[in-house]
Amino acid sequence: MAKITLKNLRHSYLPHPKGAEDFALKEIDLDWQDGGAYALLGPSGCGKSTLLNIISGLLHPSEGRILFDDKDVTDLPPDQRNIAQVFQFPVIYDTMTVYDNLAFPLRNRGVAAARVDERVREIAEMLEVTEMLGTRASHLSPDNKQKISMGRGLVRDDVNVVMFDEPLTVIDPHLKWKLRSKLKELHQRVKATMIYVTHDQTEALTFADQVVVMQEGEVVQIGTPVELFERPQHTFVGHFIGSPGMNVLDASEANGKVSFEGQAIAVEGKVTGQGGATQVGIRPEFVSLSNAGLEARVRKVSDIGRHSVVEAMVGDTSVKAVVEGDAPTQGEAVHLAFRQDQTRLYRDGWIATEASA
Amino acid sequence: MKTENQKAWFFVLPVLLLVAFNALIPIMTVVNYSVQETFGDNLFFWEGLGWFEQILRSDRFHAALGRQFLFTFLILIIEVPLGIIIALSMPKKGIWVPVCLVTMALPMLIPWNVVGAMWNIFTLPDIGLLGYFINNTLGIEYNMTRSPVAAWVTIITMDVWHWTSLVVLLSYAGLVSIPDAYYQAAKIDGASPWKVFRYIQLPKMKTVLTIAILLRFMDSFNIYTEPFVLTGGGPGNSTTLLSIDLVKIALGQFDLGPAAAMSLIYFAITLLVSWLFYTLMTKDDAK
Repeated sequence: MAKITLKNLRHSYLPHPKGAEDFALKEIDLDWQDGGAYALLGPSGCGKSTLLNIISGLLHPSEGRILFDDKDVTDLPPDQRNIAQVFQFPVIYDTMTVYDNLAFPLRNRGVAAARVDERVREIAEMLEVTEMLGTRASHLSPDNKQKISMGRGLVRDDVNVVMFDEPLTVIDPHLKWKLRSKLKELHQRVKATMIYVTHDQTEALTFADQVVVMQEGEVVQIGTPVELFERPQHTFVGHFIGSPGMNVLDASEANGKVSFEGQAIAVEGKVTGQGGATQVGIRPEFVSLSNAGLEARVRKVSDIGRHSVVEAMVGDTSVKAVVEGDAPTQGEAVHLAFRQDQTRLYRDGWIATEASA
Repeated sequence: MKTENQKAWFFVLPVLLLVAFNALIPIMTVVNYSVQETFGDNLFFWEGLGWFEQILRSDRFHAALGRQFLFTFLILIIEVPLGIIIALSMPKKGIWVPVCLVTMALPMLIPWNVVGAMWNIFTLPDIGLLGYFINNTLGIEYNMTRSPVAAWVTIITMDVWHWTSLVVLLSYAGLVSIPDAYYQAAKIDGASPWKVFRYIQLPKMKTVLTIAILLRFMDSFNIYTEPFVLTGGGPGNSTTLLSIDLVKIALGQFDLGPAAAMSLIYFAITLLVSWLFYTLMTKDDAK
């Protein structure tokens, strides 16, 4: 178990990177607290797998250092870092039994047979695969194979961190949910630091205490699921998290006054900075239909069960609102109200309002 | 109610005819010869299983069969490990991949009788590059027309040169299909290079290796052209493999009955060994 520190980490897959665009990872400074459950969330190609492989030692970063508990491990190979990694596709040793698969990492490290047996049975119990211990691993179903892959990561009690690289990709939807709650339960039992890489916000938000959102090789925001949802630091986070994502509306700002489609908009607090491209961000959950406010025409209504998503046009801009109860019909003229304490201004993508007291 | 008609047979008919002409009829001709005796003039006398009994009891057949098994065993024990080692040391990406692959494929593209002739000249003690080098530069006596050991060394070397590439190419195909994640997981699990080979590479190559061994077994067990051109079965009978002996009986002595019986026994042995091997290798997967 250890605290993991990433210092000024940069990585490029090119031998001689020139500009910032050549870097798959641009300047990462991060601390992962011991025993935390983290998710690394971002779209495909944002550099999250690269970051993971750098922590595990499968990749050597172009620049920067990796510290485990203040010990520099940047130049150590994976097996000396005491980490475990679970891959997108289950990696199992086909010719071995489930038992031998689980015992493999321990036996390679010369752990005594009695101790191996004890650990393997303990982990098998946790993963509910005890009755499969004698079966050949190649005969298992994909979800059980993935469980064994996880088990091999968890079987060593000295691992610094267990990393999951989109581990549920090949699992059937109804089993995904089961495995995810299993993972959460495992984290509470083994108390190891866990980093879970995914592009699926549901997986990230249900698993992690802290979510790290990445975009184009940069960390955009680190926070609890609630923080990410309620106060996105960047329009990307607003877009990416939530379903539907945040409304990001082109707006103009002058002397702290914000207006959208020619109408003044009240934002949460004092506007900071100046210049740049400005946008208003508000989650559809905080847009409501009212008697006064922005005039809009309903373009589309999607019923998503308990509530409806209403897409309305204010001038040429579409604004989404989540409406409970009776929804307006298509073509109807409505008025939209923005809840002030949830309305924020973004300047060049980054938040530019102070939180209301 | 399903409507039944027999029209489907017409679709199978062309295949049946083809198979009949290229396999069934020739084999039945051989079966026909194997139970009869002829003295020419197209006159045949019923012989029953006599020829089979004669062949199975013949020392000459036992000796040829023994040489055949020894030959196949030797080339397999050399070509399979060597092929795997070469495949393992070949690059996985980059411009050297096509270079290696083409170089590897070259020996297999050469016609079999040319291979025999090439090696015949190559090993001649007076003018052959290899033969001259061994005899005169190294001072070791090496003449495959005189020494059975030299003859055996030569036909084995020739086969290894000609066919190891097949094992290499098949093993290589198996190796490149292993996803990187397996190697990464093994690294993290702290597996030694030997364990990576034993538990990842070998199991993943198993299917292609089974095919490689099966192909090499059948080809080497039926080998004719190359040793015939190279040694003609000599010196003496020391490299007279089954096929060479068979041709001697059939075309040299024109003993059609015994030759037919021997062909069928030969065929049965090849089939039996191939079947046994394949069944054993695929037994685990079926479970």
